[in-house]
Amino acid sequence: MKLSFTSEQLQEVQRLISRYPEGREKSALIPILHLAQDTFGGWLSTEVMDYVASLLQLKPIEVYEVASFYSMFNLSPVGKNLLEVCQTGPCMLNGSDSIVEYIYERLGIGPGETTKDGQFTLKTVECLGACGYAPMLQLGEHYKEHLTKEKIDALIESCYAKSAALN
Amino acid sequence: MGRKLLLEKAQVENIRSYEVYRKQGGYRSVEKALKTLSPDQVTEEVKKSGLRGRGGAGFPTGMKWSFLAKPTGVPRYLVVNADESEPGTFKDRYLMEFIPHLLIEGMITSSYALGSNRSYIYIRGEYAWITHILEQAIEEARQHGWLGKNILGSGFDCDIYVQRGAGAYICGEETALLESLEGKRGNPRIKPPFPAVKGLWGCPTVVNNVETIAALVPIINEGGEEYAKIGVGKSTGTKLISACGNINKPGVYEIDMTISVEEFIFSDEYCGGIPQGKKLKACIPGGSSVPILPANLLLKTAKGETRMMNYESLADGGFASGSMMGSGGFIVMDDSQCVVRHTYTLARFYRHESCGQCSPCREGTGWMEKILWNLETGKGRSSDIDLLWDIQRKIEGNTICPLGDAAAWPVAAAIRHFRDEFEWHVTHPEEAQKRNYGLAHYADPLLAPVA
Repeated sequence: MKLSFTSEQLQEVQRLISRYPEGREKSALIPILHLAQDTFGGWLSTEVMDYVASLLQLKPIEVYEVASFYSMFNLSPVGKNLLEVCQTGPCMLNGSDSIVEYIYERLGIGPGETTKDGQFTLKTVECLGACGYAPMLQLGEHYKEHLTKEKIDALIESCYAKSAALN
Repeated sequence: MGRKLLLEKAQVENIRSYEVYRKQGGYRSVEKALKTLSPDQVTEEVKKSGLRGRGGAGFPTGMKWSFLAKPTGVPRYLVVNADESEPGTFKDRYLMEFIPHLLIEGMITSSYALGSNRSYIYIRGEYAWITHILEQAIEEARQHGWLGKNILGSGFDCDIYVQRGAGAYICGEETALLESLEGKRGNPRIKPPFPAVKGLWGCPTVVNNVETIAALVPIINEGGEEYAKIGVGKSTGTKLISACGNINKPGVYEIDMTISVEEFIFSDEYCGGIPQGKKLKACIPGGSSVPILPANLLLKTAKGETRMMNYESLADGGFASGSMMGSGGFIVMDDSQCVVRHTYTLARFYRHESCGQCSPCREGTGWMEKILWNLETGKGRSSDIDLLWDIQRKIEGNTICPLGDAAAWPVAAAIRHFRDEFEWHVTHPEEAQKRNYGLAHYADPLLAPVA
């Protein structure tokens, strides 16, 4: 099956392109890659990147080289819930190492690994600009801050509950 | 209590909405600028204010604006740098999240001064929810006639767009940011030409930090000269400090640059001291790139003067015994923390964020990370410390952009001031796995000025 945005999403693509002067459509590449990643399963397959290239009339390599540069773009499959734990200086001072350890204890996954049921992927990331609210992680569009073991337990439960509700 | 110019209204209920913001006096500076001042007069006010770039380098904003080339028939651009990524820094996020119209207001006046009809906010990709907040504020401003065609009948047209990045510290460097905004990898450009001559899509461009542009609002409302009266010396106006690490009250504080570092850390009005009765060991006062200082050099300069929270005082003594105001990312470490481990996390950060164009940075950052990991895990040799020093020295100044310097400085300062702690990791590898070095002598009174 050939993948495609919905007509609503294609309108959004046009809106993104219209923010730039004529002839500068390539500037919309990163915003469109975000949209593509959110739409097609949380990561960018070659097929998805080729599709984005066709929308912007770019050579596929122009998309690959950008997608591979930015750490938010996932080039391999991830779980339904991507837990991105910050581990840079200020978070480390406030115990981010123990957060990573606790997630391993709870879910049996280390950085870069996905649970067998495909629910969770753990990723360690560098500074997310939440240093005053450390330790923290990002889940989707949101930050979860001042983390404790109890908060991680609750977070994991709510993710499971959400996916059970969807099934 | 110092004056607040930016965050004074940040806690007003619903200040995020246009109606409340406007009722609180919002958008007055746009009215004043567009109705009573010429673009050049706005720039003059900025020069008089003494405003310095709030992103980290502290370059005078008015001067930066005066470099903007103005060839006829060529569009000019204002790009706001909201790619806040320097570890320890989260002030722009606070400003945009709680009082987004302040940035939009500052941007309209700045765009008018610079002649930018299409201005962009480049925001780090992780701040996804703030992107929505900003887009809503822009839409409200447009509906009320502050954006669009012929604003307030002045003949000036302006639109503002938000562009999300996708996770790359390097895109806070202005030419990398422009590359990214053009839909490319964030590789910094070789300068010259500077963005003021060839910036976004090859056109003259000014890139300014969020806080810098927000400061236009009080500067225009009160006048540049009045703004310059706040603060001390060349540190005019107010500065947002994001405080974090081992303190009782982490958060964003607006200071007028006349308070001491000691007051900032220990007074209840600001950081509220160190938790659990622990002692102050060290601090990185301006974001992870600037030199770390031990407690004694942080609170007093090598000359024995009280160190103040402003550009000049924080830099007093140069890199030998001082640091920098930088981005205002204020990271405090208590006596239970390990300087070697902390430096390792920063080295890992810079290795991860190096764009890979310049070999000293690409190779050097990874090399430093590995050596620091060995030292931290008890596998280091005493020659490693000199090797680290040698590597950082060979990175600094030898790269296209300042990321190389930013990676070198934290390592250099850690060795400069905490060498005994590094040596202890080599001589006591097993003990260093079980406990940290502690406060040691880092808070002792200084006997002699540091060479």
